[in-house]
Amino acid sequence: MILGKSIRQRFDSDMQITVNGTPTEVPEGLHMARLIDQLDLGGKRVAVEVNAELVPRSLFDSHRLAAGDRVEIIQAVGGG
Amino acid sequence: MSAANDNFTVAGRSYRSRLLVGTGKYKDLDETARAIEASGAEIVTVAVRRTNIGQNAGEPNILDVLPPEKYTILPNTAGCYDVDSAVRTCRLARELLDGHSLVKLEVLGDEKTLFPDVMATLEAAKVLVADGFDVMVYTNDDPIIAKQLEEIGCCAVMPLAAPIGSGLGIRNPLNIRTIVENASVPILVDAGVGTASDAAVAMELGCDGVLMNTAIAAARDPVLMASAMRKGIEAGREAYRAGRMQARRFASASSPIEGLFF
Repeated sequence: MILGKSIRQRFDSDMQITVNGTPTEVPEGLHMARLIDQLDLGGKRVAVEVNAELVPRSLFDSHRLAAGDRVEIIQAVGGG
Repeated sequence: MSAANDNFTVAGRSYRSRLLVGTGKYKDLDETARAIEASGAEIVTVAVRRTNIGQNAGEPNILDVLPPEKYTILPNTAGCYDVDSAVRTCRLARELLDGHSLVKLEVLGDEKTLFPDVMATLEAAKVLVADGFDVMVYTNDDPIIAKQLEEIGCCAVMPLAAPIGSGLGIRNPLNIRTIVENASVPILVDAGVGTASDAAVAMELGCDGVLMNTAIAAARDPVLMASAMRKGIEAGREAYRAGRMQARRFASASSPIEGLFF
């Protein structure tokens, strides 16, 4: 998966992160809020952790992703 | 006592219904919503899983049909086999639900039986209680462990009646009764109920409620079974409060002997 192509060409400075288990190329220093937008998850009821630590929604605007980050984006599903 | 003042209270909130239901295994979200409506449940469990990235962007979400404004959402830690994943799941769920701190903790020990790993469950419960969660905890039918979970600070203890999804009914009513008698927090049977009479038996044993999923979702007609379960829970609860007659070995005539004319 390569994100951010629509806004700029791919540069050597692109970095790889993992989003829900899928290796993903994103622009270096991408903010969490931008990642959520690019995945069409803006306004959706999701929660996020990076490297097994919760990242609260209130920090999405300021949280910068780093190369190698393991991002998990979760939602509620049916279950007992 | 009237039915009106027999509410079920957990984590400081009061509910009319003593039936808690899961939302898994239904045909679709429409059937889920109709079955839960018919059950009368006010507390519903959900699981926490990865969002599908890039596909099904417009797919409806379980919380669209079960709005948190109408239902108390009880996120579970199903699928967790260790303390760390259970705690992470609860923290994500709390964030997902805007700080709502009620969770159903289950730390499983074995895929075949889905019995709890009680050592890990105790450990996870300590971490979660210290982190401010209201923990309703799935455990086995061991009265000693149930009491320890209460002492840790869990707001409800939920022993299994039989393995999750088995529909085998209340396999050890004596232990369930002992757990209830020892407890000063709500005790709910979680897992193992197969049909409405099982739910009634759990309530007659003095349980404060029953949590079930497969017994409704896997019925031929889930919506009708949801209604049956609602009645089973209510019947069992009323019977418990009414105090059943003493069982006896031989007959006791219901009509008077006096006044026989032959």
